[in-house]
Amino acid sequence: MTEETASERLTPPNFAPPYWDASALKPRFSMGKRVRVRRGAPPGHVRTPWYVRGRVGVVERICGHFADPQELAYRRDGTPKQPLYRVRFALSDLWSAAEPGFGLEDTIDVEIYEGWLEPYFDYGGDFAAESAKIEREIADAAR
Amino acid sequence: MELLGEQGAIDLDQHDFALWEKRVDALLVLASARGYFTVDGLRRVLEDMGPEAFERFSYYERWVQAVAQNLVEAGVVTLEELRAKTEEVAARGSTYGEASLAGTSTGEGA
Amino acid sequence: MPHDDVDHPHRRPDRPDQDHPLTYAQTLEIALRELLVEKEVFTAEEINAQISRMDSRSPAIGAQVVARAWTDPDFKARLLADGSAACRAVGVEVEAMKLVVVENDEATHNMLVCTLCSCYPRNLLGLPPDWYKQRAYRTRAVREPRKVLAEFGLTLPEGVRVQVHDSTADMRYLVLPRRPEGTEAWDAERLAALVTRDSMIGVGLASPPETTPA
Repeated sequence: MTEETASERLTPPNFAPPYWDASALKPRFSMGKRVRVRRGAPPGHVRTPWYVRGRVGVVERICGHFADPQELAYRRDGTPKQPLYRVRFALSDLWSAAEPGFGLEDTIDVEIYEGWLEPYFDYGGDFAAESAKIEREIADAAR
Repeated sequence: MELLGEQGAIDLDQHDFALWEKRVDALLVLASARGYFTVDGLRRVLEDMGPEAFERFSYYERWVQAVAQNLVEAGVVTLEELRAKTEEVAARGSTYGEASLAGTSTGEGA
Repeated sequence: MPHDDVDHPHRRPDRPDQDHPLTYAQTLEIALRELLVEKEVFTAEEINAQISRMDSRSPAIGAQVVARAWTDPDFKARLLADGSAACRAVGVEVEAMKLVVVENDEATHNMLVCTLCSCYPRNLLGLPPDWYKQRAYRTRAVREPRKVLAEFGLTLPEGVRVQVHDSTADMRYLVLPRRPEGTEAWDAERLAALVTRDSMIGVGLASPPETTPA
């Protein structure tokens, strides 16, 4: 799924996160941004399903800020709150098409906390421009 | 817990919720609303039970054990209290109706 | 935790009631409840009230929300932007649930699953059906949603994209199904009768108008 086709499908447009906490971390990724899910396997309680780890998707929306369930599960307070995203994946990017029970257009949205996401660079695209843009966003977020 | 690999047909049979199952649900809603544990704490315990527990126990059989574990961790009940109380309850009779004390039922044929 | 209830594997469709032999899980439920009442964490009445609240929730509540969205464009816009706020504004109790409503249209069919446990919009639909919590549905809905839909008797027209939603974290979802054709003159109350539970999970469609008498 390209960033352009995915962005066209984002719903609803101009979605304002209802669960925004201005005092919490500013989200690192914006709507429509391509992201890769960390390919990690930490012990403990994790809310990131295996089937998206290491996979590339597009930020469908920012849900707001939420206490980190990996901390809450162990009786800690879950702060700092994390930005929570809905990330959209093409099913054809997740599963083998050998026995398709899905269409090539079919997609899935998964809620993922920011700590599990990293920026994705498409090396076939304009790497320098993409990189500079992300650097700016990181700088903005740190401000 | 993320379950992997199942390819079987979906079983559309529906069972009626039993009173004890509804009570498990109610006590986890009330105790978590009072801050004694989080739903994430419950899920951690359910996951730590492993896939075998998913096969061997029903949904609320798993949840009641997860609630007990979280309440012990929270210091609300001790293992000693729980052992004494479960022995006392089991000694009351051989059915759920007999083991439930009068006055705490909800009138669902109890 | 003691695991001494090993005689009953694979017995999920069972209906344990008052006359079956007492199980360990039932013993534990009684013991916990009585201990918590003794310790004044809550009262027996509060438990009963919570069960009544649970029993009062059913897909009829979700159906009212859907029918209102079909007949009130402003409400629908608010519902899609912030589901919980829109429900509260019209007196539908959602408590702490963070609701995201996803709309079906001619190009998109939404369906819901919770692969990690059993997250479900309980305030609007009641307790989830057994199949929603089963391994088969949870693993297959994200991997072969069209085969799953076919098992529910639903084959989508060509050109309709399936959009699955996995409730992995803090949001809960409700599908806003398409309004059936031939209901243009209907009011919300009459429309609500067409809104099935399965249509709000996305494994079915709203019923066609001929299924309910005028």
